[in-house]
Amino acid sequence: MSIDLSQFHQVFFEESFEGLDIMESSLLALDLNEVDAETINSIFRAAHSIKGGAGTFGFMQVSGFTHVVETLLDEIRSGDRDIEQEHVDLFLICVDCLRGLLSDLQAHAEPDMAQADELKVKFEAILAGTEAGVESSADSNSDSTAEAATDAVLASDSHSKGWKIEFIPCEDVLCTGNEPYRMFRELQDLAEAEPDGSMKVIPHLEKLPDFSEMHPEMCYLSWTIFVYADIELSDMEEIFEWVVDDCDIRYERLSESNQLSAEQPGIADEVAGINTDSSAEETTAVVKAAPDAIPASTPEVIPEVILEPAAPIANAADANAAEKITEKAPTKAAAKTPAKAAENTSIRVSIDKIDGLINMVGELVITQSMLGQLGQEFDMDRVQRLQEGLGQLEQNTRELQESVMKIRMLPISFAFSRFPRLVRDLSKQLDKEVDLIMIGENTELDKTVMEKIGDPLVHLVRNSLDHGLENAEERTANGKSSNGTITLNAYHHGGNIVIEVKDDGAGLNKERIRNKAIEKGLVGEDETLSDAQIHDLIFQAGFSTAEVVSDVSGRGVGMDVVRRNIAELNGTIDVTSKAGEGSTFSIRLPLTLAILDGQLVKVGEEVYIFPLVSIVESIQLEKSMLNNITGNQFVMQLRNDYIPILCLQDIFNTGAEKKDLEGAMLVVVEGDNEKVGIVVDELLGQQQVVIKSLEQNYEKVDSISGATILGDGTVALIVDVSGLNNKPLEKNSDDQTQAA
Amino acid sequence: MATILAVDDSASMRQMVTFTLKGAGYDVEEACDGSEALGIAKTKKFDLVLSDVNMPVMDGIQFVTELRKLGEYKFVPVLMLTTESAGDKKMAGKKAGATGWIVKPFNPEQLLNTIKKVLG
Repeated sequence: MSIDLSQFHQVFFEESFEGLDIMESSLLALDLNEVDAETINSIFRAAHSIKGGAGTFGFMQVSGFTHVVETLLDEIRSGDRDIEQEHVDLFLICVDCLRGLLSDLQAHAEPDMAQADELKVKFEAILAGTEAGVESSADSNSDSTAEAATDAVLASDSHSKGWKIEFIPCEDVLCTGNEPYRMFRELQDLAEAEPDGSMKVIPHLEKLPDFSEMHPEMCYLSWTIFVYADIELSDMEEIFEWVVDDCDIRYERLSESNQLSAEQPGIADEVAGINTDSSAEETTAVVKAAPDAIPASTPEVIPEVILEPAAPIANAADANAAEKITEKAPTKAAAKTPAKAAENTSIRVSIDKIDGLINMVGELVITQSMLGQLGQEFDMDRVQRLQEGLGQLEQNTRELQESVMKIRMLPISFAFSRFPRLVRDLSKQLDKEVDLIMIGENTELDKTVMEKIGDPLVHLVRNSLDHGLENAEERTANGKSSNGTITLNAYHHGGNIVIEVKDDGAGLNKERIRNKAIEKGLVGEDETLSDAQIHDLIFQAGFSTAEVVSDVSGRGVGMDVVRRNIAELNGTIDVTSKAGEGSTFSIRLPLTLAILDGQLVKVGEEVYIFPLVSIVESIQLEKSMLNNITGNQFVMQLRNDYIPILCLQDIFNTGAEKKDLEGAMLVVVEGDNEKVGIVVDELLGQQQVVIKSLEQNYEKVDSISGATILGDGTVALIVDVSGLNNKPLEKNSDDQTQAA
Repeated sequence: MATILAVDDSASMRQMVTFTLKGAGYDVEEACDGSEALGIAKTKKFDLVLSDVNMPVMDGIQFVTELRKLGEYKFVPVLMLTTESAGDKKMAGKKAGATGWIVKPFNPEQLLNTIKKVLG
């Protein structure tokens, strides 16, 4: 029978990555002055599981590497070694290294063992510190066993007829579930596998007490077993492996010369794998047994009373066996389906959420049957009840929708969890002392949004650490505590989630930003800008105030990319800052990407949807507000801004007739921090729409982020406001500056 | 067919064990830690128990100790799934009342062979 182990790999990888996360967060939580045993234990357990799983599923590189990590952890856990900062640092590097190895393996790539091997050497050096003594004794131990092994091998060379085994179990052998009968049966199988092999078992009843004193759970019997087959000592030892430590077992070879040759059982399998810790104990047990060895009696002397192997079982065990037979009735196992599917992405959902969902489906079914009944015998008198039923249906649907959405929601701690490590490593690198505070870690967010917000958040935190926070001297000079603080705060606000990255550093340097912007040609030299406008400049493409590109931030990815990433999630980012007190970046995101609050508009025969968050205002156009620049590109002055006016007919080439702009309805939308006015024929209602991907169902279309199906079954396109913005601005940026 | 309770905190290990044993016709139930396993063991009797040693909440050693206190499980074979490095753990398992052990890493064939021997 062969089983394809690769089917379990995915689960192994998932749980290993989880284990690594646990290791990492536990390591970070460790207080070296007051080491919490349970924290160490959980780190150990994680490493242990990874090692065990890796070995089982054939990833020997990983299990070999994890072994040294585990060994050191085990020493720390058992109190043989105090944990030091050096260890913590090393373990953290190991976590990264293992993550890399496992990712490679998951991607079916050959893992790069260079770092692992390097780390392994370091671990071995640490371990050698205490293990040097142990190792040398293990060496001598293995020498002697090796020698003995050769003896054994020599001995087994001489032809033998079989073995005599004295088996004197400890009295409570049955209480560990070790059934002598099982061992005899195995021994018999072994013997009978040889040609002409057979076995005899002789029970010894001497120690059997009076019936009144007999304890049913005790085993008072001992046995002498004759095995008439040429079998290996190691095979027999394997059978008794589990009881060898608490039972007296002696093997004697029944050779033709009737010579006692195997004096040291337990050797042969030690040759196979010398294991320092267990072999030490085993050999002493063996040596203890050897001196008592009695010279074998010849097979001819065996008394005639030979019982079948089944008989000599202690009474209690007998009852146990009988019970087993009667219990054969099939008991159906309520098999637990594994919590995780073997897909490449899976999600864990709490039982409460599922229960809530089932509950709601139940309600829906009730409403449906009520409506069904109503439909069968409907007359106008029952309109009232129909309306009630429909109302109920609407409520059920909405609740169901909310519950299903909740399944995709995960606490933001999933995205936050990487920051303690990041902040620790960065602050070390930058030589700044930083405290990280995380608030609202249980705030829930859609899984997809969560995955996409990770990188922008990392960028913001790096940025705050590198540029925002001052170093300790500067801070104390300004009367602040020497430790800087970065606060990550998440909370729900309306239908959105707000994530704040706040630092108590120097704040944005307005003068420098302004100068830089002028230098880069982003603003004119004599322009007067409000604070908010200046702060907003940092999100412009190609803007970076860092004079030196450091390793930490300034990797060529600017805040403009952060803003674009967030805009792709239909979110916004802005910054508030106060000189000397710090800056706060606020990200506002929709809770889910699957549903959107939309404004429906009509252009020609088509219905389009604008995300409600992108709409600034809706106004009625007047010719006098318009300026015509180059051909038919209009701009309009809206308070202090000049905004381009677009017609969807032009952009999407719908061929619909364009109406006169005078008195037309204009929706002003904002995306990527640029405003644009869009001419529409009619404003329809606002509603929640379910976003369907165009890319999956058709192909990617510029300036369209998706589609939805309206109540009447028609398809409406959702306008990608930032995509729309980029188009005319690229084309008309010159015109715009002229107009300004 | 015999019933087996498999206890391990690692989901991949549980899946592998369950898949192997079910494929061989055994009835298998799973538990993630000792305390969950103890709860299950109290509701029905299994013919064999397989348990990991290192687990959160209740580890394998404590689990076996508690299990042996239940009258029904006095003589039921309990095998510990241990790793080769845990020589002392092997002994601790025995002391707590385990029948024997299966050394990790093991492959499905090794697992089945051992279980067949114990259950006959």
